[in-house]
Amino acid sequence: MCMDITRIDQIIDDHNAEQSSLIQILLDIQAEHHWLPKQALDRVAEKLDVPMNRIQHITTFYKAFSQVPKGRHQIHVCMGTACHVRGAQKVLDVLSDATGIKAGETDAELKFSLETVNCLGCCALGPVMVVDGEYHGNVAPAQAADVLKNYE
Amino acid sequence: MSEFVLQIDGKEVTAREGMTIVEAAKSVGIRIPTLCHHDQLEPYGACRICTVEAEANGRNQLVAACVYPAEKGMVVQTRTEKLAKIRKVLVEQMMAHAPDAPQLLELAEEYGADRDRFEKDPSFCILCGLCVRYCNEVKKKNAIGYIDRGPRREISFIPDVAGKECWDCKECFPLCPTSALQAAYVLTEALAAPPEEAAPEAGCACSCSCSGSCG
Repeated sequence: MCMDITRIDQIIDDHNAEQSSLIQILLDIQAEHHWLPKQALDRVAEKLDVPMNRIQHITTFYKAFSQVPKGRHQIHVCMGTACHVRGAQKVLDVLSDATGIKAGETDAELKFSLETVNCLGCCALGPVMVVDGEYHGNVAPAQAADVLKNYE
Repeated sequence: MSEFVLQIDGKEVTAREGMTIVEAAKSVGIRIPTLCHHDQLEPYGACRICTVEAEANGRNQLVAACVYPAEKGMVVQTRTEKLAKIRKVLVEQMMAHAPDAPQLLELAEEYGADRDRFEKDPSFCILCGLCVRYCNEVKKKNAIGYIDRGPRREISFIPDVAGKECWDCKECFPLCPTSALQAAYVLTEALAAPPEEAAPEAGCACSCSCSGSCG
């Protein structure tokens, strides 16, 4: 997978290559690429003069970071208690069938990544699924696959 | 630097400002058990085995002696029934990870710890951080670090750096209280591509005298 190293440099420069902005820089790269490619991390380590072991520590600590490629669209299915009793498992199964991937996986075309979350804090809307930050409440298992049709 | 007097196990100890309780105790020959402590490294307070009872300003509290600074007029107890109990449980918990580590077996004997009390999870690492800190602070190579968090946290070599730096160093190996590091190192070595300058004729990284054939 080719990656635009000048764009990485630009993100680093936006934060004045400050060591204290390490997490913010990583978040920006994550937001752009949906994951943290190794070349990008090497570049960050070099320009910020931060040792790689610290970057590895941080990127493996926070769930917001991924060191494996993620899809263009992130699907989160709430598995909290309220969603669970209202059929979150069925919603997850339908999404799993529609995308051909299990929770925690990414499809081969890098279109979707499917994740489960434990509570989104809007239990009254359960079962809830979120695609790219957009909340879909009260999704019936039958509708769940239709939601994905809006994403390319 | 100002000096002051405190009491450790009934002995009067003169300490300088900035000294930790462990250092003050050592100066009069009182041994406080430690696992994650190293004289060349910044205090870390990971293993808590050095926990002591310290009374200052009328308050008695449990503190980690390797990080807690000695204070004027402080009364420290390093061996009480309460501490023995705490250390016993700590050793038992660490033994779930490294049941055969010599240092832990020694402590287990001393405090009557049961090595089989907790379900085994043999990671062979108690996350004392000696290897990580030694590499960062003394060698300044940053070849090894922590990855992940909570119960999944472990030490891991950075292949790119380890491939270049570790071959003729390995100074962190003897620091390990459980000898877990050796296994971790070998694992990374297997995963990482050997660096260009260390072609097979340069010898493999094992400690035997082979010429690189046993890798």
